[in-house]
Amino acid sequence: MQRRLLLGQPQLAITIGRLCQELIENHQNFEHSVILGLQPRGIYLADRIAARLSDFISTKVDLGYLDATFYRDDFRRRDTPVKANETKIDFLIEGRKVILVDDVFYTGRSVRAAMDAMIAFGRPARVELLTLVKRKYAAHVPIEPDYIGKDVNTLESQQVVVEWEGQEGITEDNIWLQNKED
Amino acid sequence: MGQLSTKHLLGIKGLTAEDIQLIFETADEFKDVINRPIKKVPSLRDITIANVFFENSTRTKLSFELAEKRLSADVINFSSGNSSVKKGETLLDTVNNILSMKVDMIVMRHSSPGAPHFLSNHIKANIVNAGDGTHEHPTQALLDTFSIREKLGDVAGKKVAIIGDILHSRVALSNIFALQKLGAEVMVCGPITLLPKYIDSLGVKVELDVRKALQWCDVANVLRIQLERQHLKYFPSLREYSLYYGINKALLNSLDKEITVMHPGPINRGVELASDVADSDQAIILNQVENGVAIRMAVLYLLASVSK
Repeated sequence: MQRRLLLGQPQLAITIGRLCQELIENHQNFEHSVILGLQPRGIYLADRIAARLSDFISTKVDLGYLDATFYRDDFRRRDTPVKANETKIDFLIEGRKVILVDDVFYTGRSVRAAMDAMIAFGRPARVELLTLVKRKYAAHVPIEPDYIGKDVNTLESQQVVVEWEGQEGITEDNIWLQNKED
Repeated sequence: MGQLSTKHLLGIKGLTAEDIQLIFETADEFKDVINRPIKKVPSLRDITIANVFFENSTRTKLSFELAEKRLSADVINFSSGNSSVKKGETLLDTVNNILSMKVDMIVMRHSSPGAPHFLSNHIKANIVNAGDGTHEHPTQALLDTFSIREKLGDVAGKKVAIIGDILHSRVALSNIFALQKLGAEVMVCGPITLLPKYIDSLGVKVELDVRKALQWCDVANVLRIQLERQHLKYFPSLREYSLYYGINKALLNSLDKEITVMHPGPINRGVELASDVADSDQAIILNQVENGVAIRMAVLYLLASVSK
């Protein structure tokens, strides 16, 4: 299978570091801010961001996982149903600044569903979106990430694969662009 | 990615152990949803569900209706009491009339065993059996086993005694199937006249002494005496039944372990279960009711997604 490396381990560490600095620029010590990783794959990035932030700021950042399965707009339009994942939010988001974190931004539909799901936990003061890879000119809805790791031009026939160290059979963090399997 | 192996929920008999696990895992997430400030999700907003009840029900009907509304489905209700069934309409005609109003799913309770199975051969909509006569009541068995899993961590390897009117109980049969598929050991206990003749063929233990049954089990699922289905005298009097098979706190305290007590409702207090047991910490009766909504949400959600 043909695939191209978008971000390898060293660049990825630099990019995540830069995203953290951008977050701190806007959220200072995160007193009024929370991070929500989007299930199923955004949670790995959210974990890394939260861990990395602790190198720069002393306060503990509120980190939660949000699952938007029941809010998706493609239910009954897929061949198999999407399995729900755990939502884990142990804090209030009412009146706070929420940073949604996902690994790849493509059509924007899952972010739309996530915003619906998030509202069930309260009315945030402000919502931002952070993504590691943004596939350009692909959004189906008027949503735009606030923090972007890398902008890439892609074809519809391609997919972005994000591998995190610690996942089954994976030894280092890598992001690949490859053709969808036929 | 998970999908049920069937497009109807007619009984536990037709489900695989994997189906039941998938329903449980989905219900875990729905239980989380119904404990949020906003308890509603938009998953079934393009689905219309008819609750067709040819037999009385309070709990099951309310639970299904709430589950449907929490999933944002459109709901219509039908009870046979004030309907054209009284005017001589057949089951199939009634249902086809409802379906021609563009209904996607049917939740049905009927007094005849096999009524939903018959219907499933003739219509395209998904069918959920909410109890067919003395045959099956699958969502009750799912919520019962889900509640055992929640209380004890797992169903496999647990000993469950089903106590009471086994002969007339659809809850008993569905529970036996569900518990066995999940790897639990099952015992039935009741007066010999209220045990079905074929009980040996189900591979369950049989015990006539309620104390021995309680001593053996981890969980006692206590059933109601279904007087409305009994056209014969199966025991001399309710008082005598209560004396021999009623469970009270003194009886539970005399055991050398603490067991969990369940009841599908409605309870006849003072007959099969004394108030001091029904209201005790050992009873998880109200947890069962709460879990019922989550289980029914999971069933409806999963069935709706296999409709293609």
